[in-house]
Amino acid sequence: MNFPILSAITFIPIIGALFIFLTRSEKDEKNSGAIYISIFTSIVNFFITLFVWYSIDKTTSDFQFIEEYNWISGFIKFKFGIDGISILFILLTAFIIPICIFSCINSVKTRIKEFLIALLVLETFIIGVFCSLDLVIFYLFFEAGLIPMFLIIGIWGGPRKVYSAFKFFLFTLLGSVLMLVAIIAIYWISGTTDITEIYQMGIPSEYQYLLWLAFFSSFAVKLPMWPVHTWLPDAHVEAPTAGSVVLAAILLKMGGYGFIRFSVGMFPVASEYFTPLIFSLSVIAVIYTSLIALMQKDMKKLIAYSSVAHMGYVTIGIFTFNKQGIEGSIVQMFSHGLISAALFLSVGVLYDRTHSRLIKTYGGIANFMPKYSFLFMIFVLGTLGLPGTSGFVGEFLVLVGVFKVNYLVAILASIGVILAAAYILWLYKRVVFGKMENVQLKKIKDVNLSEAVILGVLSAAVLFFGFYPDPLFQTVNVSVDNLINNYNTDIQQNITLKK
Amino acid sequence: MLDLNFIIPEIFLTLSILVFVLIGVFVKNSFEIIYKLSLLLIFLLIVIIFSNNDEYSKIFNESISIDMFSIYSKILILIATFFILFISKRYIIDIKNNKFEYPVIVLLSILGMFIMVSSNDLIVFYLGLELQSLALYILASIDRDNIKSSEAGIKYFVLSALSSGLLLYGCSLVYGFAGSTNFETISNNTQAFNVGIIFGMVFILVGLAFKVSVVPFHMWTPDVYQGAPTSVTSFFSVVPKIAGMAIFIKFMYVPFREILEQWQYILVFMSIASMILGAVGAMAQKNIKRLMAYSSIGHMGYALAGIASGTENGFKSTLVYISIYLVMNIGAFGCILLMKRDGKYIEDINELSGISKNHPLISLGFLVILFSLAGIPPLAGFFAKFYIFMSVIESNMFTLAIVGLVTTVISAFYYIRIIKVMYFDDPKKSFERFTDYRIHGPIIISCILLISFFLYPSFLNDIVSKIIIF
Repeated sequence: MNFPILSAITFIPIIGALFIFLTRSEKDEKNSGAIYISIFTSIVNFFITLFVWYSIDKTTSDFQFIEEYNWISGFIKFKFGIDGISILFILLTAFIIPICIFSCINSVKTRIKEFLIALLVLETFIIGVFCSLDLVIFYLFFEAGLIPMFLIIGIWGGPRKVYSAFKFFLFTLLGSVLMLVAIIAIYWISGTTDITEIYQMGIPSEYQYLLWLAFFSSFAVKLPMWPVHTWLPDAHVEAPTAGSVVLAAILLKMGGYGFIRFSVGMFPVASEYFTPLIFSLSVIAVIYTSLIALMQKDMKKLIAYSSVAHMGYVTIGIFTFNKQGIEGSIVQMFSHGLISAALFLSVGVLYDRTHSRLIKTYGGIANFMPKYSFLFMIFVLGTLGLPGTSGFVGEFLVLVGVFKVNYLVAILASIGVILAAAYILWLYKRVVFGKMENVQLKKIKDVNLSEAVILGVLSAAVLFFGFYPDPLFQTVNVSVDNLINNYNTDIQQNITLKK
Repeated sequence: MLDLNFIIPEIFLTLSILVFVLIGVFVKNSFEIIYKLSLLLIFLLIVIIFSNNDEYSKIFNESISIDMFSIYSKILILIATFFILFISKRYIIDIKNNKFEYPVIVLLSILGMFIMVSSNDLIVFYLGLELQSLALYILASIDRDNIKSSEAGIKYFVLSALSSGLLLYGCSLVYGFAGSTNFETISNNTQAFNVGIIFGMVFILVGLAFKVSVVPFHMWTPDVYQGAPTSVTSFFSVVPKIAGMAIFIKFMYVPFREILEQWQYILVFMSIASMILGAVGAMAQKNIKRLMAYSSIGHMGYALAGIASGTENGFKSTLVYISIYLVMNIGAFGCILLMKRDGKYIEDINELSGISKNHPLISLGFLVILFSLAGIPPLAGFFAKFYIFMSVIESNMFTLAIVGLVTTVISAFYYIRIIKVMYFDDPKKSFERFTDYRIHGPIIISCILLISFFLYPSFLNDIVSKIIIF
């Protein structure tokens, strides 16, 4: 394939952003030109991504659509390429961004033009992360995403936006600078930063431990894992709805993707060595943050903590190193992308009407907002992993995978499922059912057309992948097999070397 | 006679300065004409130096070496001076400093730097250094009716004279023990543990560290930066640093290359200390010029880290760093020179509050420059740091690399604090609106360069890789 389709899906959004930048900003804050351009670019990008997903060869684990340009002459090449794992994340990104744009038309009141620019630039950086096949390029996109996200939280955020934006920025930056040291060290160890070449050569096992830790520090902050998750609730609460959606649905997935692609892929020996660490941190995350979620008074904060808990399953699944576990965690990330986005949008719907995120403001809205309550129900059930929603598939597979490896972790992680049901159903009960005590709520209107369409599309996706998750598995199947094979051969080699 | 061909730029510069002084004396209100002539002169010098770039030689009894290294440094110095004179004209006129001496002194200082960066001999080096420094003392106090400016000049003069004294003492020690003032001969006559030369090297290091303001010889920087007029501060923050770093590289890699183990740890310490102090010191600053002073201390720490690695890639990455630093600082000072309200120039960071509403384009430019200074990819500032850390890790100095990267995070804090003030805070009264291509042009150029650098990030490396220093 000669046409550089990956560069196209990466850079189309930023070109759209450039056009928006050139439109005249109107004084009445209704930049219809900017809105149309952004919707157009993001939807076109989504369809191109669908085409890529359709045309990707699902029977090989090689990287496809490879593009290579000379970049820093002599030692770094600009290399793009995808396999079955990365295309799912690209698809998720391209799917979520148009939804964000639709949702922000109503909810963002000031400087909408700049908001759309930031969102599209962010899309470019995120897709770049999933496409890149070179460590330096990966780092470049991984870090660059901080700039638009910092501005989104800081400019359009809530009352404590400055604190949250700074915390988000500095936490993530601190995590990832160590990764930069590791990347440069890899260059001097193996003479290249090309991921495919590093896969083939392997990294000597004595170096792997420190390098693994450096990468871990970055991904653990991004994912986030306990105890470095504290930036997430703050960032989520203060970010505008679209910002929270991008953060929960896509940005967190960069951490999980990083674990699969780099930690497991490049440092198998160290990954095996550090599995107990990951398991214990993840189990703590699952149980502890679920308990915290039970205590929350703020809806967004509750969902944020539930995200941390769900990401705990992802890390457990990845480090089981068996097919069920890894595929389960990929599906879990995909479905969490849909469900958490939908939950934040649902909260956003309420927030736009009453300007309150506190649970106690609400109660008994079922009679006034029947459509909303129905849609919200689907996402709540998805969160607790009811069979028939996409949330079930991922969680179930992760638990199956981990039962093979470690009973204790499996049992503790299963407790998290119960706790998830507790906090999310309790939230639903307090918000939707019960007596209406807040008189002002009587004027509340049900979802309008655009909100209904957004939530409806998301709920359709949640149910579709719940009943028929096969497309996801078909896509990742071969790549995951290959990953596990490589892992096992490396471990075997290392054992024989030691003998 | 042949030797003179190689120093045509210096001769041309000297003669022009003399002519300018004559014009200044005999023509009244001659600032305008001399300012324009100086820009023209700098432009011509760039052309002359470019046209003569493939003949290298050591001339005048090997006391001056014209090579790729000195040519690269000279071009950087000229470009920086050109743009800084360009952006600061409006400011010079506004603070009524439009005397003809101003451009002439700037030219004199770059003459000193020319001699300094191409020197291959301790005496020639010292001559150039002193010519540069004397011109800088006068520049710092050029706004002589302003008490702060005079204070800055005096402070700078006293401390700098002291450091020059130490440096000269070091030179004499080195001469005494190596038996020559020529750089190559010194290096040939040096054994690994020659105490006299190590002593001399430390004294010279102190003097040089003072000139580029790295910790622990940085004390003058914040005061001088704040006290001097902004036009002079912008000059100070870029041009002498380029020259200083260039001669720093030359000293470490040519006469003292045999005692690498001795100076390496000193440089590592100075580099780490500057990075930390630059990051921590800037955090609480309210005055933007003072903040830029600490920021420049930090940046010099990163540049020094490249030299400290002691490899060939190391000094090359330092040259790349300095070149990108030049672009960022010119842009940043362009933005600072735009902060004017009710006829007064403002230096308080809080006064920037909410300017993104009233001046969207300028604040966008400043945003790009600040993120680049903070070293966030994909802007050029990231690549500058990236190359430095490449060479640092190449020589297995992981402590230096990790400290450097952690201080990047700390220093990101104060850069994004300015962004916070500009973008997140409520708007205050807007600044004076004026479009001056002299200021906006360089800001736009600098932003475009910083953003588009990632398309061809080895642009500077390809040039620098041709430099052979020893």
